[in-house]
Amino acid sequence: MMARTSTAPATPVLSVRDLSINFGGVRAVQNVSFDIASGCIYSVIGPNGAGKTTLFNLITGVYVPTAGEILLDGQPVQGQPPHRLARRGVARTFQNLQVCLNMTALENVMVGAHLRLDRNVLKAAFRWPSLRRADQALHQEAAELMRFVGLEHALEARADAMSYGALKRLEIARALAMKPRLLFLDEPAAGLNPRETLEIDELIRKVAVSGVTVVLVEHDMKMVMSLSDRILVLDYGKKLAEGTAAEIRQDPAVIAAYLGAGAAGETP
Amino acid sequence: MIRPVILRPMALRPATLGLVALAVLVLVLPLVISNSFYLDLVIRIAINAIIVLGLNLLIGFAGQISFGHAGFLGIGAYASAVLPTHFGWPPLLALIAGAAAAAALAAVMAWPIFRLKGHYLAMATLGLGIILNLIFRNEASYTGGPDGMAVPAMELFGLQLSRDRQWYWVIAALLLVSVWASLNIIDSPFGRALRALHGSDVAARVVGVDIARYKMAIFVMSATFASIMGSITAHYVGFVTPNIADFFHSVELVTMVVVGGMASVFGSLLGAVLLTILPQALATFEGWETVAFGAILILCMIFMPRGLLPTLAARLGSLRFAVARLRAGRSAGESDS
Amino acid sequence: MLAQFLQYLFSGITIGATYALAALGFTMIYNASTVINFAQGEFIMLGGMLAVMFQQAGFPLPLAVLLAIIVPSLVGVLMEKMVVEPVRSADTVNIIIITIGASLVIRGVVQVVFGKGAFMLSSFSGDTPVEIGGAMIMPQSFWVIGVSALVVVGLWYFFTRTLTGKAMLATSFNRTAAELVGINTSWVLWMSFAMSAAVGALGGVLVTPLTMTSYDSGIMLGLKGFVAAVVGGLGSGAGALVGGLLVGVLEAMGAGYLSSSYKDALPFVLILLILFFLPRGLFGSRQTERV
Ligand SMILES: Nc1ncnc2c1ncn2[C@@H]1O[C@H](COP(=O)(O)OP(=O)(O)OP(=O)(O)O)[C@@H](O)[C@H]1O
Ligand SMILES: [Mg+2]
Repeated sequence: MMARTSTAPATPVLSVRDLSINFGGVRAVQNVSFDIASGCIYSVIGPNGAGKTTLFNLITGVYVPTAGEILLDGQPVQGQPPHRLARRGVARTFQNLQVCLNMTALENVMVGAHLRLDRNVLKAAFRWPSLRRADQALHQEAAELMRFVGLEHALEARADAMSYGALKRLEIARALAMKPRLLFLDEPAAGLNPRETLEIDELIRKVAVSGVTVVLVEHDMKMVMSLSDRILVLDYGKKLAEGTAAEIRQDPAVIAAYLGAGAAGETP
Repeated sequence: MIRPVILRPMALRPATLGLVALAVLVLVLPLVISNSFYLDLVIRIAINAIIVLGLNLLIGFAGQISFGHAGFLGIGAYASAVLPTHFGWPPLLALIAGAAAAAALAAVMAWPIFRLKGHYLAMATLGLGIILNLIFRNEASYTGGPDGMAVPAMELFGLQLSRDRQWYWVIAALLLVSVWASLNIIDSPFGRALRALHGSDVAARVVGVDIARYKMAIFVMSATFASIMGSITAHYVGFVTPNIADFFHSVELVTMVVVGGMASVFGSLLGAVLLTILPQALATFEGWETVAFGAILILCMIFMPRGLLPTLAARLGSLRFAVARLRAGRSAGESDS
Repeated sequence: MLAQFLQYLFSGITIGATYALAALGFTMIYNASTVINFAQGEFIMLGGMLAVMFQQAGFPLPLAVLLAIIVPSLVGVLMEKMVVEPVRSADTVNIIIITIGASLVIRGVVQVVFGKGAFMLSSFSGDTPVEIGGAMIMPQSFWVIGVSALVVVGLWYFFTRTLTGKAMLATSFNRTAAELVGINTSWVLWMSFAMSAAVGALGGVLVTPLTMTSYDSGIMLGLKGFVAAVVGGLGSGAGALVGGLLVGVLEAMGAGYLSSSYKDALPFVLILLILFFLPRGLFGSRQTERV
């Protein structure tokens, strides 16, 4: 079924089993299960309010699931806080930007490398040489990442002076600074113009080629269909379908949901 | 085209310039000041500045309010007053014991307190400060109650610190080290994590910052700092009353942070200077000083919500920008307008 | 034994009623603007001081009381217009400092006008204690409890049964939505300041015959009112009421049975314990923060 399964080992990087969360009466995610194979680009689509962002929040530890399992390399991680998951190579960006506007753009990227650095305060207070050297090196590395995402012009900018599109890229650079194994991107192209969208498309391919497993939520169907190895469709918190782009395009349930939701323009 | 990032060399960063300027000021001041009244004022300013630096790391950089910080000052001050007087401890040991007690209390309180946000956090820290103040006020057999008690002189390795000049150099050195250390901390992995959790706590958590630990660390640090400065204040003044730990003093300290400039190291210094001098200057208004103090706070917050130094810096920046544009416009000729 | 308990209970409910009025004041402003008004205690003090002043100026008691409520309301509106309105979108700390600034201005003016002395207001219906189960209750206590109860019922009626009140409540739930359906939210804002100042001042007027008042009596009353508002969960009217009574009774019991010198500490110990175990107060709702 999956092109890769014939060659790749059996355990997926990420398995989600019967995952659910309720907010009061709202059942935002209900019994969702799926597997993501290492190294692929996996997309999650669905109408507004389908539960895509909530799913990301659950997997990255921001929300605690009401029920279900999340397995990272076969080990259960549900309910673990985000900073623990970060240690295991999980990185993400946010649909509603979460950039630290009290810092410069470069510092935002540097924060991404938090776990790789010596965080001792006393050494910091007295300018410990090894710590200074590591920080200088990180400066260069962060600048490199900013170029990689196309922000070479903003190397000295304050984050609060940057455009929306630039901030979206900045979040990607910050996530990459974590050197993640799994990267979750929540609508990286939302609000961008067609040219910028194309650049993001390009960027995601480059990231995937470097060996990072990418999980993508995106409303731009052209982008999703061309990028994704596999696609998960959510509707009202439930799994509606899962498969390759070609399979999803022909799935009657998916077509019905999208037409039913009135999102004719987005019909695959 | 790939070019390396321009890392400004140490010597040119504004922070470094500020530090050098401060060092020069510290060296020159005692030559200029002959009057003991002014020397005393300068010492008080410096003490407040050091406390405010620590508090600004907590409030301005990490974004956590504390309306009970005077309570920690009180712990240090009373440790230095009570332990030597009633139990014969050497002053330095008393200071350390006070700092350790403040640190322990801050650590124990941090876990429940920092799950709280905004007004709830303000309430909890305020409550803590008030309880501490009431303890100092009520345990009169040890603390002298509302009238306060005398504090024995500070002894460092057999040397007694008694004259204002000696105190000046000790406190000036502490101030310089504190400014330097603060600047270093905010520009380090630890400091960036603190600022990140202020900017977006979920972003910080997702990149691996254990925000509970960081909030606790900075709370404990600033409390320890406050306690040490409380001890030093007590020794310097030679007397301590519960007023050092009252709610109004906590408010004054927070005000120094906010008026000077949140998340601005040099702003903290400016805030300490202004708000230490202001009450003295207003004292001549006989009765109106409270009104004037309140009015100045309000005006400051309305017209300079980011605090004095950041606002001034921004004004200066935009002025420079305007001048640069004007120049550029001239050299390009009038054709484009 | 029982008599003593009743004595403490009554004095706790009496002072608790004042805290409840203060807490309702905090709650009304918080709901309309998410501002915590640290000047709330000054309204209480102002009520007491002005009642004394007007009474000494020869006004009959009812008129003196009325004026002592109206003037603080005007001060509240003035404060909202001049001080709070300009910084609507500022940081929490900034707004807290602004309201502290306002409280200093009010306290300072009172200090200049009246001096630092303590003032007494005569009781509304004499000083002959009434005996209930062996406890001696001052008639003024009945005034405090009775009028507070009326105010609570009145506020409840206003917010749940009148269009104006419902509009104010709607604004507190969702400002934008309220604006969309045509509610003038700026009006709601100053109205809430006027009402909370009036309620606070009334509490001050009522309690002054029992406690005396001075320029600085608003600080502790205000802080304890804040405690009461937080105990119940910020924004909850019922919470403010329960919180106020709880704080008052606890304080009176503590003063009677434990130590009178630590009675002021008890509300703050209570609030720390509550916040530790219920980070949103007794009546606050649990929510997952949206990301
Ligand atoms: N923290 C929360 N508290 C309460 N309800 C929530 C919370 N987070 C999400 N929801 C609800 O869960 C449902 C799913 O929301 P979610 O943001 O996951 O949708 P989405 O698929 O990402 O939509 P969009 O395409 O608009 O981003 C919505 O009904 C939303 O209101
Ligand atoms: Mg979403």
